[in-house]
Amino acid sequence: MTAFLIRRLLFAIVLVVFAASAALLLTRLAPGDVTSQLGPGATRAEIAATRARFALDRGLVAQWTEWAGRAVRFDLGESFLYNRPVAPLVRAAAVNTAALAVVALVTATLLGLALGVVTGSRHDAVAAIVRVLSLVSISIPPLLASLLLAFIAARTGWLPVGGMSSVNASDMSWPAWLSDLAWHLPLPVLALALPLAATFERLQSQSLAEALHQPFVRAALARGVAPSGLILRHAWRVSLRAICGVYGVAIGALLSGSFVVEYVTAWPGLGRLMYEALRARDIYLVAGCAAMGSFFLAIGTLAGDLLLAAADPRVREAEPA
Amino acid sequence: MKRAGIGLVIVVASIALFAPYLAPNSPDRRFPNLLYAPPTRVYVRQGGFRAPFIYQWRIVSRLERSFRESRVRAVPLRWFADRRLVTADPDNNAPLLLLGADAYGRDVFSRLIYGSRVSLALAAVAAVVAVIVGGVIGAVAGYAGGRLDDLLSRVSELVLVLPAMYVALALRAVMPLVLPASSVFILLTMIFALFGWPIVARGVRATIASERQREYALAARAAGAGPVRVLRHLLPAARGFLTVQGSLLIPAFILAEATMSYVGLGFPDTTPTWGTMLQDAANVTLIVEAPWMLAPAAAIFSVVLAVNLIVQGTGRPPVQLGK
Repeated sequence: MTAFLIRRLLFAIVLVVFAASAALLLTRLAPGDVTSQLGPGATRAEIAATRARFALDRGLVAQWTEWAGRAVRFDLGESFLYNRPVAPLVRAAAVNTAALAVVALVTATLLGLALGVVTGSRHDAVAAIVRVLSLVSISIPPLLASLLLAFIAARTGWLPVGGMSSVNASDMSWPAWLSDLAWHLPLPVLALALPLAATFERLQSQSLAEALHQPFVRAALARGVAPSGLILRHAWRVSLRAICGVYGVAIGALLSGSFVVEYVTAWPGLGRLMYEALRARDIYLVAGCAAMGSFFLAIGTLAGDLLLAAADPRVREAEPA
Repeated sequence: MKRAGIGLVIVVASIALFAPYLAPNSPDRRFPNLLYAPPTRVYVRQGGFRAPFIYQWRIVSRLERSFRESRVRAVPLRWFADRRLVTADPDNNAPLLLLGADAYGRDVFSRLIYGSRVSLALAAVAAVVAVIVGGVIGAVAGYAGGRLDDLLSRVSELVLVLPAMYVALALRAVMPLVLPASSVFILLTMIFALFGWPIVARGVRATIASERQREYALAARAAGAGPVRVLRHLLPAARGFLTVQGSLLIPAFILAEATMSYVGLGFPDTTPTWGTMLQDAANVTLIVEAPWMLAPAAAIFSVVLAVNLIVQGTGRPPVQLGK
């Protein structure tokens, strides 16, 4: 197990370094640089000074070495766009994205697993309705879901259409601020969670149905175990394996989805920040966002693997693989 | 279920194929007096029943974008006129707007139909490229085994974990932001194929690796067939998998195009695609007044639903307990 964890940690470090460096170099090689943000009135001297300040006048390798040397000390350079150090910017955005993603993931898991148990073990009208709803929402990916929910919210006025807090949020007391946040949360969370919940529901439904076909279930049934206890205590645990197996992939999908949702609902997260940085060629901000994003990814896949090991003894025994 | 899905796909594909014939108006034609005009209602009653007709929209207030029907003149629908299935009288400012008009007064329905061509073509081409690349890499990995297999499998796993949207965005964003539509098409095809191939390669690798041990493959090798020739015998075993994966990639790519165009990194706004049309729907307050601008979302939904119906149709029904 320790060897496995060390390997995963090494993989995580390699991933973060690789992603951030690739982002830095790609943005550097892209046509245009931050000086285009200075506007047409900028003088030659101003442009040259800006280039020098962001080390854009150096060679590719020299720039990377300098950036990497500071990055290992968690100094990620300065953002041109915001005229502030990158690290706090990225940290604030990452907290927002993590909040959104975690709430969405928990919602999707609870909803998807519960409904999947229903559709996987029953064959009545309720299960049929859930199945249809799930098929519909699996076909409404985050882009469409966020647009649709924003439309509904704007039409009915039930929820705020976008953003993470009201304009006067900074004047609010603690509890008021929290309830304001809770008020802004449901729309992006639902947009992100509904398609994912539907995917979980389908998977859970199939794997539970398969588990119920296994001989040990029949044996338990013959011993007189009540069907409800049989489903929850015996078959469900076995069927969880399939869900845990996709958790790692689901994290990637969640990050991809959160970009779209953040963009549509104006959620001040990592996706929006990276998009702005990319468009402005804000090279260090892009690298910082990429580092943080790949860090999330590494944590997510690790959590997925640990979950899989927790749910399936066979995986645990097979380590270190 | 499966049949409904296939039917839906055929309907959408033929709409795209016959777009110039089915669209009531030219997709680029602007009606300056009909900015954000609502859908025209089609009537069949005027006193008694008569052939379908519409009323012209008259603008009431430009500021509020409000319109009312001018009941003075009933504009009959003309069938099979101007080489179109049905149209009204666009030359006298009385076009048939089945899904209303957009910010420039262009016919949303016609743009949707034309847009399906670009969106579907891009998705289909990218899916084919991904299937070919993934198939070849998977076949090589599965057949060669050993180090090469390890390397290729690791690479495909790495690409699979990456959040595709972020990387696609980064790759697109580092190219010049303004490009002609044809370059965007090629660029997006390449980016999408880059994310599609590992899914295909993994499955093909597994199939080939197990098929390689079968008697017919051994017989072929014993008879002196080289690797390429043996692979040609092995590949048909992966045919079923390739078709399913290829068709699953299409809705994913349609969505990816929509996302890229939505955030302004896809096609230029003059090219009608489902993504560029959704971009016009980005303003939420406007959408409340002009909900027909969400039509491309419905189109994307229908394609994703169709493919899901096809895939789900092959699933096993759940078992019943305590019977």
